[in-house]
Amino acid sequence: MNTSVITINQLTRRFKETTAVDQLSLEVHAGEIFGFLGHNGAGKTTTVRLLNGVIEPTSGSMRVLGLDPQVDGPALRSRTGVLTETPSMDERLTAWDNLSIYADLYGVPRSGVHQRINELLAEFDLADRAQERVGGYSKGMKQRLALARALLHKPELLFLDEATSGLDPIAAHHVNDLIERMARRENRTVFLCTHNLVEAQKLCDRVAVLEHGRLVALGTPAELTRQYVRRLDVDIEVHEEQVEGTLQVLRSLPRLVVGAPVRTNGVLTATLAGREAIPDLLEALVHHNVRVYRIAAQEANLEQVYFALHGEKESVQ
Amino acid sequence: MNARAIGGIIRKDLKVVSQNKGVMLTIIIPPLILFVILPWIVTLMPYLDELLGITSDDLNEFQQLISRMSPGMQKEFAAYDQYQGFVVYFLVYIMASFFMMIPLMVSSVIAADSFAGEKERKTMEALLYTPTTDRELFIAKLLSGWLAAIAVAFVGFGLYVIMANAAAWSQMQRIFFPNAMWLVLIFWVVPALPGLGLGVMVLVSSRAQGFQDAYQMGSIVVLPVVFLLIGQVSGVLSFGVTLVFLLGLVVWLLDGLLIWLGSRSFRRGRLLGA
Repeated sequence: MNTSVITINQLTRRFKETTAVDQLSLEVHAGEIFGFLGHNGAGKTTTVRLLNGVIEPTSGSMRVLGLDPQVDGPALRSRTGVLTETPSMDERLTAWDNLSIYADLYGVPRSGVHQRINELLAEFDLADRAQERVGGYSKGMKQRLALARALLHKPELLFLDEATSGLDPIAAHHVNDLIERMARRENRTVFLCTHNLVEAQKLCDRVAVLEHGRLVALGTPAELTRQYVRRLDVDIEVHEEQVEGTLQVLRSLPRLVVGAPVRTNGVLTATLAGREAIPDLLEALVHHNVRVYRIAAQEANLEQVYFALHGEKESVQ
Repeated sequence: MNARAIGGIIRKDLKVVSQNKGVMLTIIIPPLILFVILPWIVTLMPYLDELLGITSDDLNEFQQLISRMSPGMQKEFAAYDQYQGFVVYFLVYIMASFFMMIPLMVSSVIAADSFAGEKERKTMEALLYTPTTDRELFIAKLLSGWLAAIAVAFVGFGLYVIMANAAAWSQMQRIFFPNAMWLVLIFWVVPALPGLGLGVMVLVSSRAQGFQDAYQMGSIVVLPVVFLLIGQVSGVLSFGVTLVFLLGLVVWLLDGLLIWLGSRSFRRGRLLGA
């Protein structure tokens, strides 16, 4: 049975006329990387603030690591680490000063402060620039330093708010590797707020999709793609001489093949109405004496789920 | 109460301020002008009467000013010659009002940087996710401004004691400063003054967009001191031990009121504008 690290029940937060979080209910399990998806203003950052007791809810309840954030905020925050959307570093101070001050605030044992800071600076590849002011750092370095700060006190639960926002692909890849390592090797629970769907697909065990503060989908990426993405692209490889004939066969099956099939580098790609169309398609091709060398379904991804949910692309639901 | 966390926030605020040249110049230059340069200018003024256009009418006006003072002060000034009287009046009594502006100004600058400046630099949010309580945050933010203001005032006072006596030595021929009124001012009023700047800044910082905005909104706090100065120059007020002691009492009471109001509205969520 999964141990629940976060339990949210009917959580609502309003700011005057705006409802930032609306009747949100979900659970996050110990040791998982939980993706919290939604576009800017969907309510992700507000939820992180609520879960850490930084702001108060308008209604609803929540438990984080068994504590009520409103009642036990300081005790809870000593067990969570938060990477905010902007690195939020004091740019006039050195990396070392930034970390040593936060070591005091997080109550890292005095005798271990030097060792812990050295470990983190080495881990995040910042050791040789530890005595430089953070103002001179690149965005990727600031983000790595902010991540190091969030890990100073070895939190059980880590909130990462747009951890790779604005980073170049190499820096983003490095940060994603770190996140995966923390969760898998060090068994930390990670609550990952992002609107990067590729990142969420790669990293997350489960995801929740938020729209205007409301939860619109929750599950593993595979569950969500099965649930929300009915269309399926399949690649079909046939003998070269049979390509034109196969295209005609595909065009003659409007019940199975949605839209026009395309040919790219000798491979035909057809969009099917769903997984259940694959056997029928194969049967039709065999019936027309097409020699099929390979047929492969393209994995649906979170991007398709997201667009299906937000109705920004044609959906076949 | 987590003393280590409070110490950490104070260390952070003071380190950040010490790295900001603009703020440091605002903290250092006015005390340098007031406590180091001004005593020499004042003591030289009687010798520059022709250059400055000081006439016998001006000196008569100064005598009339003394005649409007309390009997105790008239008695004190009766013991001085004209030049000595001018030096004592300026360096001891007028400077008392100027001196009060220093802890007010320093505490306001540091509080503006610590509250609104931190919001502007987007460094506040990380602080709010630490295990500190609202009360610890509030106390730490107050103390960083308070301690710095008192330190600057005390160092300034030490410098001023040396400079005033050195500059006026040729007229006074003895160590004439500080007197009893100044000791009450330094040890009773000065420790209370940063509370005014800090209390006002806590109240305005949630509405301010940034450091400059907060500092301008908070600068209203020096107005009472300006009124005191006008009262002194016009002869309506004469600074003595009793008046300065009562002044300190009023400032401490105002501190209590402002800090009570500030602590009531101080919530970490409000610092994010939530």
